Order: sequence, then C-alpha cells, then structure tokens
Amino acid sequence: MAERIYLFKRFERFWHWSQAALVLALLVTGFEVHGSYSLLGFGQAASIHTTAAWLLVGLWIFAIFWHFTTGEWRQYIPSFDQLGAVIRHYSYGIFLGRPHPYRVVPERKHNPLQRLAYLGLKLAINPLIWASGIAYLFYAQWRDLAPAWLGLQEVAIAHTLGAFMMLVFLIAHVYLTTTGHTPLAHIKAMITGYEETH
Amino acid sequence: MIKNPSRAGGCLARHALLACLLLVALNATAQTPATSDAAPARTEVKESTAEHGKFSQLKKPFKTGEEVTEACLSCHTEAAKQVMATRHWTWDYVNPSTGQRLGKKTMLNSFCIADRSNEAFCNACHVGYGWKDDRFDFSSERNVDCLACHNTGQYAKIPGLAGHPAYQRMEYPPGSGKFVEAVDLPKVARLVGKTSRATCGACHFYGGGGDGVKHGDLDSSLKQPDRKLDVHMGVDGGNFTCATCHKTESHRIAGSRIAPTASDPHRAILRGEKTDRNPASCQACHGDQPHKPGPSAGLLGSLTLGDRLNTHTRTLACQTCHIPAFARGGVPTKMFWDWSTAGTLDADGKPFQKKDEHGHVIFDSKKGDFRLGENVEPDYVWFDGRVDYTLKSDRIDPARIVRINTFHGDAGEPDARIWPVKRFRGKQPYDLEHLTLLVPHTATPDDTALWFNYDWDRALAAGTAAAGQPFSGRFGFVETEMLWPITHMVAPGEQALGCAECHSRDGRLKAVSGVYLPGRDHHLLLDRAGFGLAGLALLGVLGHGTLRIFTRRQRKEHGNG
Repeated sequence: MAERIYLFKRFERFWHWSQAALVLALLVTGFEVHGSYSLLGFGQAASIHTTAAWLLVGLWIFAIFWHFTTGEWRQYIPSFDQLGAVIRHYSYGIFLGRPHPYRVVPERKHNPLQRLAYLGLKLAINPLIWASGIAYLFYAQWRDLAPAWLGLQEVAIAHTLGAFMMLVFLIAHVYLTTTGHTPLAHIKAMITGYEETH
Repeated sequence: MIKNPSRAGGCLARHALLACLLLVALNATAQTPATSDAAPARTEVKESTAEHGKFSQLKKPFKTGEEVTEACLSCHTEAAKQVMATRHWTWDYVNPSTGQRLGKKTMLNSFCIADRSNEAFCNACHVGYGWKDDRFDFSSERNVDCLACHNTGQYAKIPGLAGHPAYQRMEYPPGSGKFVEAVDLPKVARLVGKTSRATCGACHFYGGGGDGVKHGDLDSSLKQPDRKLDVHMGVDGGNFTCATCHKTESHRIAGSRIAPTASDPHRAILRGEKTDRNPASCQACHGDQPHKPGPSAGLLGSLTLGDRLNTHTRTLACQTCHIPAFARGGVPTKMFWDWSTAGTLDADGKPFQKKDEHGHVIFDSKKGDFRLGENVEPDYVWFDGRVDYTLKSDRIDPARIVRINTFHGDAGEPDARIWPVKRFRGKQPYDLEHLTLLVPHTATPDDTALWFNYDWDRALAAGTAAAGQPFSGRFGFVETEMLWPITHMVAPGEQALGCAECHSRDGRLKAVSGVYLPGRDHHLLLDRAGFGLAGLALLGVLGHGTLRIFTRRQRKEHGNG
C-alpha cells in the first residue's frame, strides 16, 4: 500500500522552483551574452541576466539561512552506504523493473547519489558561478588591483565553465526526476511536498 | 560672459577697449536665446556692444584685403600678433610627442598631397594675403586676413589668388565660362563679427579639394544642421558654433587633430577653473561619467544601465557609440583616391569627368579615380592621442600600404581608448629610386602643372623642386592609407549604438584586439567541450529513457502473455 511522507516543506518547494526558473532564465540569457545565439538582443539579455542573478543571490542567502537554522544542511553530508546499490539500480535494476533500493525518510530524503550530486552543486558549481559572476559584474571596480594574469577573459572563462557544469547538472537532474515509480512522481512530490512510497 | 576678471580689468586700458568689446560680443551671443522671454515688450537689443557698421574706421573705400586689416588693427592692436602665433598663420607645428616637424607647410597627405608649388591655390585657406611661394613675409601684420574668419557677409578667398578675394569680376575656375563677382570690401568690412559654423566651415568643410572630401565628419551640411545630424550644432538642438567647444583665447583655438585628446578621464571643467585640459573634448562639459546612474547607486550600482555605460568610458571614446556613422548629412566623403589614373584623357585628347548616379564626380582627368561614401560606418582603432606622420623625406616600403599617419595606442594603456576613424585609402606617386612619397605640382596654371598639362613627369619635377625634394625622374604609384579621427556629427542619445552593435560575433569591433568583449569573444576549446558534454549528457539520458520505455513494454508483454 502507498504511504505518504511529507518530504519537502513550503520554503523548500518555493526555493526549488524559483531557483529552477531563475537558473533557466540565467542559462538562456547567459549563453546569449556569451554570443552563442541571438534571441532577446545583447542588452536585454545582459539586463535580465544581471537582475536574475541578484534575485538568485538573494534566494541563496535565504536558503543557506534556512538550511542552517533547520539543520537541513545535514541532508547533504556524503554517505557511501548503499551508494553502490543506487548506482547498480540506475545502471540496470531500473530496466528490470526492480524497486529503488533506497528507502526515503524525512531525515534522509536524498539517496547517496543525490547527496553527492547536490553537495557538488552547492560546494563547487554554485560558488564558482557566484564568485565569477560577481567578479564579472564588478570588473571595472577591481581591474586596477588585479595581477597581470587575471582579466575579464579569465573571469568570463570561469563563469562559462560554471554555466556548462550547471547545464549538464540540469539535464541529468531533470531526467532523473522522471525515474520515480511513475514518471511524474518526483515532480509531484516537489510540488505538493508529499512523496508516495511503495 | 567675460571669461576672467583680469581681462575685464584690462578693458580699462583705453586702446584695448575695442578688443575687449569684441571679445564680450563673441562670448555673449551664443547664450542669448535662453533669456529672451524675460522681456515682454520686444525691444531690439543688439547682441554685440559694438556696431561695426557705425565705425568711421570702416567707412572707407577699401581696395585690398590688407587695407581692411590695417583698419581692424587700428583698434584691435594685438589681434595680428595673436593670430601670427597660431598654426592658422604658421602652418607649421612640432609634434610634442615625436618632435616631428608638421603643419601644412611640411606635411603630406593622400588627398591633394602637398601645398608646395601650389601655394597660390591651396593657401586660399591661409589666414593671410599673398602667400604664393616661399618669399611670403610671415612678419607683416597687414598680411593677416581678419575677414577670413570674422566676416558675416559675402567674402570668399579664391583658390589661385594666394589668399585674396576677387577684387574684380573674374572667370573662375579659369576657362570654365563661370564668373565670380568682385568682393564689396567696404560692405564686408562693416559686417565683421564673431566666427560661425559657416566662417570656420569655409575652409574646414572643404579640405581635400571639395565639400566633405577630407574629414568625413565635417561638411557643408553642418552649416544649418538639425539635431539628428549634430545634437550640439543642430539649429533645433544646441545651435553651437564651432567656437562653443573649440574655446578660443587670444586667437588660440582649442583642439588639434595632429595632437588630439584621445582620453580625458576627469569630471567636467567648471566655469572659471584654471586648467590645462582641452576644452574641446566631450568630457570638458560632460565629464567622464556622463550616463545617469539610475535609482540604485552604490554597491548594487552595476545593476543600472547608466553605471554599466559609465564603465565603458574606461575603454571607449565617447565618439565610438555616439557617432554611429559619418558623412550623415547628405554630402559624401572621399574614401579612396587613386592618383595613378590622373592624366588620362579621352579619345580626342581632352580631359573629362565621370559621375555616379547621384551626379558626384568619380573620375576626373586632373585627379584620377575616387570612391565616395555616405553614412559610413567608421573603423575602430586603439588610440592614445599620439600620431606620427610619413614625411616627404621618409623612406617607404612600396610593397606594403604606406601609412601617411599612424595612430598609436594599445589596449590597456591608461590613455588609450577605442576610437572611430575614417580609414582613407588611395594611390599616390613615389620615387622608384629614392623610395619617398613625391610632391606634384598640380594647381596653379603654368606649363608644368598637372591639372593644366596632364603630364606627370613635368608636374613631379616642378613639385619636388619647389619642395626641395630629390627626384630621380622614375616614379610609380604606391597604395597609401590615412586615418581621420571621427568626432563631429554627434547624434542625439537615442541614436547611440546599441549593445549588440559591438557585443556580437561579427560586430563593429570585430577587428579590435586586446580586450575581452562579451558576446564577441569566447574560448573555443571550452565552448566545444562544454556543449559537447551537454550534448553527451542529453544523448545519455535520452538513451537511458528509451531503454526504460523499451524494457517496461517488454516486461508488460511478458506479464500479459
């Protein structure tokens, strides 16, 4: 019988979906600023990109505060218990119709693979994008203090690298949301907060 | 209105009074429209405090320009000495950054090439009377031509008359069947006044042999421009005269294209401020942070467009965005001039012209082939204000395009900015043995001038002899290039370039190196790796998903079967 667990609290859901919208907007406008295509026009793209970036920074500040005050940050402590089983599940168990080996409970709502992926996102990709983005925005203010090897080009390369990492994360993440017991199960959980378990 | 108090004090000296009045008048008139609503009953008040038409000194039957000058100098005692200290008089200049001897007397260009041996023609634009060869007396005050700049009536210096106007009715150009009337000097003398776009333009709009030919951003369309053509000079805009920006003291006129101000990273100059800065730069009035920062200043200031644009002033000249194109007023400018075809005559041995569909001359037996341009998008170069020139004594490399002038400056230098320029190309004569650019004799009628004999050998022999230049007798034509800074025809703000004009793969700055330009530049390897990885991830998840659907169907069929 199906059982409902309340996994994602209201702030968490708000944070997730507004972050998703902002990251999508940033990717679309960012690659236009990068010159990969022409959609809104450079000026419009740069303006939306900057505004979305500041909103995301604000959102992250709230999210970091929320994670530490609620203790939810512990959800991202790496765990290698069952990591092999989860990898084996996505490699072939899923094709055999076997159930997911990981049992979700509110205290441990992410499987070991998710823990690693989200930790990487929060400790590597996000800080890279954040730091390089702020350096990009305020280049005019620090350029005179910079060493010779560090210019706008290096900042732009770091920022673009972060963007590609985010893009790859997004592709994998969106796909993996469809791997619940039904294709929309995980997405529903992120909307309602309740995960149905079997 | 008076520029500084010490000059006002000096006015008390009796003999300087008139000079002072004229100065006041020169300064006063530009600002008067703003105050006109203060007087309800419109009483006619002259802008100037002196009505030159009432001066007995000017009510004389002047026969020559020199006589008018003497009358001017009887009141404006120091004026000629002031003029004689300027380049308008000497046509001679030492480049402070290179020590090169420059000025029109010495320099070459790629238009009419040089004035030596052609003085009587070219020096119609000298502020003097009588310069037709190297015997001209530069120390004679009566040789100064006050009317060249200060006439408001019908006064024109005729090329060929060594700076004089036509004193009698005469056929001009010679042999054309067209006539110019004699100048009415007594009338012109009483109509003297401040300089205007028309008086400066009489020479500066027509450099290089015709309207708009040389600069590209200066032509007769600026006599009465609208603000779309020039937001400052527009009669429906600021209605500036040239001297509004090219602020003049003691006849010394601010601004120079030989030693231009390429960057001026300072706030606006305050009225009365003692400064060595060039008052003709954009920053002299607008400062170097001219865009309004918008409501959120401070740390978050980078959010606003104004702040973003202000950071561009570190890299770009104002002109780069604010002059989207030159030759915008309906007058084409020359972009290419091939002298090598000059001298070509028609089947009957007669000189001829060819015109384009707009009626503009594109070939002339006197001058060769031209290419013209209107609404020309400038080229862009790094420029720090230092220019040096190829002089007639310099050896050239005829295998390459010879740069008549070279704009210096590199990305990252504090004084260098990206500047818009007119890149003028052409072919002109050089000596095959001495490898120097050659001065031809062209314009004054005699038996050696190119425009009257169509014979290069004689023209070059005479020109080089007058210029004191060795000539082997063997000559060819070499391709040359000359850059002209674009700084006039500033468009209204709403017509300034949009971001994508430069921030795009194939934008206006595609040839400008040394700066990372978002939207233009990218790291090729990173882009390939990044998009490659994203593509692989997409393929991976699509494959994974397909396999899931496929295996689930199989299981269902299996279960059902």
